[in-house]
Parts: sequence; C-alpha cells; structure tokens
Amino acid sequence: MRDMNELKASRRAFLALAAGGLATAAAVRPAMAQAVQTSARIVIIGAGAAGTALVNRLVRRLEGADITILDPSAEHLYQPGLSLVAAGLKPASYTQSRTTDWLPAGITLVPEAAAAIDPITKVVDTSGGQSLPYDFLIVAPGLVLDHDAIEGFSLDMVGTNGIGALYAGPQYAAKTWEAASRFAEEGGVGVFTRPATEMKCAGAPLKHTFLIEDIATRTAGAGKHEMHYAANNNSLFGVPIVSEKVRMLFEDRGITPHYSHVLKAVDAGRKIATFDTPDGDTEMAYDYLHVIPPQRAPDVIRQSGLSWADKWTDQGWVEVDQHTLRHLRYPDIFALGDVAGVPKGKTAASVKWQVPVVEDHLIAAIEGRDASLIYEGYTSCPLITRVGRAMLIEFDYNNNLTPSFPGVIAPLEELWISWLMKEVALKATYNAMLRGKA
Amino acid sequence: MEQLTFETMIAVFEEIFGRGLFWTMVAAAAVVTLAYLYVLFRDRAMSMRKFLMAQLSMPIGAVAAVVFVQAMTHSHLRDIGGPVDVIVLLGVAAMGAIGIAILVYTAQSLIRGKTDGI
Repeated sequence: MRDMNELKASRRAFLALAAGGLATAAAVRPAMAQAVQTSARIVIIGAGAAGTALVNRLVRRLEGADITILDPSAEHLYQPGLSLVAAGLKPASYTQSRTTDWLPAGITLVPEAAAAIDPITKVVDTSGGQSLPYDFLIVAPGLVLDHDAIEGFSLDMVGTNGIGALYAGPQYAAKTWEAASRFAEEGGVGVFTRPATEMKCAGAPLKHTFLIEDIATRTAGAGKHEMHYAANNNSLFGVPIVSEKVRMLFEDRGITPHYSHVLKAVDAGRKIATFDTPDGDTEMAYDYLHVIPPQRAPDVIRQSGLSWADKWTDQGWVEVDQHTLRHLRYPDIFALGDVAGVPKGKTAASVKWQVPVVEDHLIAAIEGRDASLIYEGYTSCPLITRVGRAMLIEFDYNNNLTPSFPGVIAPLEELWISWLMKEVALKATYNAMLRGKA
Repeated sequence: MEQLTFETMIAVFEEIFGRGLFWTMVAAAAVVTLAYLYVLFRDRAMSMRKFLMAQLSMPIGAVAAVVFVQAMTHSHLRDIGGPVDVIVLLGVAAMGAIGIAILVYTAQSLIRGKTDGI
C-alpha cells in the first residue's frame, strides 16, 4: 500500500527543471549596446516624464557627453494618478516625488526655467541668467494650463462652490474630490467639460465623468444626480470607434452629452456655467462643475520661433516631424511629450514610445549615421468607466486601434484587468520608464 | 507595451512593491520553496497525509488571495467584465491555493518531522 500513498520525488528531475529554468532566464536577457564616445553638449528643457526618461537612457548610451537638464520644479508629478486622486481613490502624495529622485549621476541639473532659446546660435538662456550653448537640444517643458482663459474662474475656487479642476496639480485634484464627493452625497446637477485646444490625455475628462457618476450612484443611490458632459466638438473622443462606444456607455449610464459646448465663463455665485456653442452662448446651471482649461505651449517656445506657423496658432506646439519628433527647420532640436506638435497623444504612454525614437535619432546624429526608429503615434488610455473597470484603449495617428494584447484584452470592453493595469501596474511601468528601463 | 523583457518585469515589480519588499517576498518564496524541496529530498517521498492537510487548506488560500487583491485594488467581484477577467481571478485564486498548500505541507514536515503520517 505504501507505493499507492506516495509519489516518488526524483532529485535528478528537480535539478534538470531548475537548470532549464535558469538557462531560459539567461537566454532572454537583452544584450547591452556599446557606449558611444562623444563630447556633445546636450541640453534638455524639462525634467518631467519625457526629459527624465530620455536622460536616464542617454547616460547609459553615451560616454563623455555634457548633459544639462533644466527644470524649475523641485517636485515631479505622476500625472496619470491625478484622476484617481480626484475620485478619492488615492491621496495627493500618490502623485508626488522629487525631481532629483529620478535623475542619474553625471549630469547637470539647473533648477531654472528656459527663458529664451536661440536656435540659430544654439544657446538656451535660463531664468537665472545663465547661457547654455548646445549641440543638441531636447525641448520637453510640458504645457501650460490657461486658467485665465475662463472668465470668472480662478484656482482658489477649486473645492468650494461645487467646482473641481483636477488637472491643476495634486492639491487641486484632492480639492476636486472634496467638491465631487459632496455632490455625490447630496445629489444635483453635475457638468463635466473639456477645452477646445489640444490637451493632456483626452480620456481624463471622460474618466472623471464616469468615476463621479459611478461613485455618486453608489453613494446616494440612482436618480439623485443629473449628469451632463460638454464635448468640445461633435464627438466624445478623437478616435471615432471609441467615441461611439463612449456614446453608448453614456446612454446606458444616463449621462447626457452636449456637443460643441466649450466652457467660456463661470459664475460661481449663481452656479451658472456659460458655454460657447455654434448657436451662441448657452448657460447651464450646476451643482458640480469640472473645469479643464485651454492648454498651450509655454511662452518661451512660441517666442523662440519653434512653433508651427500654420497649425495650432493659438497653442504654439513645436514644429516637428511626427514620425521622428525632430524639428522641421532645426535638425539639432527635438521635441518630446506634451509640447510636441504632433496630432495625438499628450500622454505618458506616448512619451514611453517617443523617447526611444528620439534617443535613436540623437545617437545616430552623434555617430553620423541614419536612424531607423519611427514613432507611429502610438498612445494609450486606460479609460476608466467605473471604480473597478476600464477599457484599455490604444491607438495611433490613423485612429487605428493598436491593442497590445489582441484577442486577450479587448480594447472596447469594460474589464477588471484593464482597471488593474491602471491601478497597480501603470505607476510601476511609469517609474520604470523614468529610470529608462521600460 | 513595448520591450516586455524579463528585466522590465523585474523593474515593474520592484516599483509595485518597493525594491525592499519585493526582494524580501522573492526571498521568502525562495526560502519556502527550498524548504519544500529539502523536505521532499529528506523524506524521499511525498506524505499523502500531509498533502491532504495541504489540499484542505487550498480553498482558504484561494479565497484569501482573491480578497487580498480586490481589497488592494478597490475592486469587487461585480467588476468581472469578460473572459480574461475570469482567467485572472482564477489565476489569483490558483496562486493563493498553491502557495498555501506548499507552505502548509512544508510547515508540517518541518514541525512534525520525517516519520509522521507516512
């Protein structure tokens, strides 16, 4: 009977299995490229997601390069987390770290802003009066939120009078949750907006709408909230197939879309928002209003003549080739991240795919060879539709869906796994990207 | 996702748990696995009685793992939206079940010794 009750364990089988596992692990390790010798002076404007990710990769690829990075902000923001902070799911500190935590040794950090860029003489002047000559310039200062463009609105209103503005930073995202949670408990009319300019993560206005609707319905019960979403044009999202899906979800969830309604003024005392529409101004009363202001390139970009002359003239994004992110008039300048004048994707996911392309073209230029990598406009948006569910939407310049896991994670399906990615894996991937490892 | 290599995965897990906690958990898992292998080699056989106890603990491990993951991620069973979610849920449950089974088996073997229950 003893044989029937026992399974024989073979030492040899275990050792073979272990050896096989180790061999597999060793085989998939990527080969490390040889460092390139250079004395090139590289200036990077901005130590946000793009600047930091690039500098961490450059220090590994280049030896002897003189790399300077400019950023006046001592704080680094994990901006994809702001949606979660504004829904009470994470504290403000979830998005905050120090800029210096992510920067490598062996480079120079100048804690100042760029005040002027001369692309002819190839010099950047800083706000502290330094002049930094460069051989290659990476422009990645992010963008500016133009709150003043909305009449009657100022940031000190956020959190009171039923006003939220999650884009403005961690503290404002936390205050947004104060206002939104009061609306969720008390019920009333919620109005959610987005600007008519290009913007960071065009999915975020939708996420906030979906999250607050979900939380409000769970908190106070169905029927106590009236939800309105003001779209800037005739669609709810830039990718038509996604826009249609969102339209269906809105219908299902009782969120009323208002097309071509762009917020222009707020009367916080009367709780009235005024919208610019094709039929003239329209007023909407609100109990909770989410404000996202117009977004533009920083003044220094526009004043330095780096912007497109015939596109986005009110916004000033950098004139770059959309596949290489190289400036069309100044080949030693690249733009990365939000400031780049490309059709889509002011997101961290875009940055993740843009950085290796710029790295490749920059190092190829130093070595005097042709680069091969191309950026196809990939970006992604874990479009949260409920606390616990999201759609993992990935697309490119051509509005094609480009799912990373086709047949496994359906892009237009509300899934728990997509939520898990946003909640757990995204910040980890982002941090790995900052360190140049993803 | 681009460049989903072994190195990237390690970097991502380090970020999720923090470098210290991640490697502590890896070390703990390695210690338990080594202890498990040790008792298997020592005993030259699996004890079916200990294995029975381990199997009985598996549902507890499965439920505990699912509850832990959902609590950590602000989610509930109602968020399961498609086949892949069911697979993930079962995967989490299976990991919890197998993990606790190995732990229970090894603990019994180490505490009770070689002769018990064969």
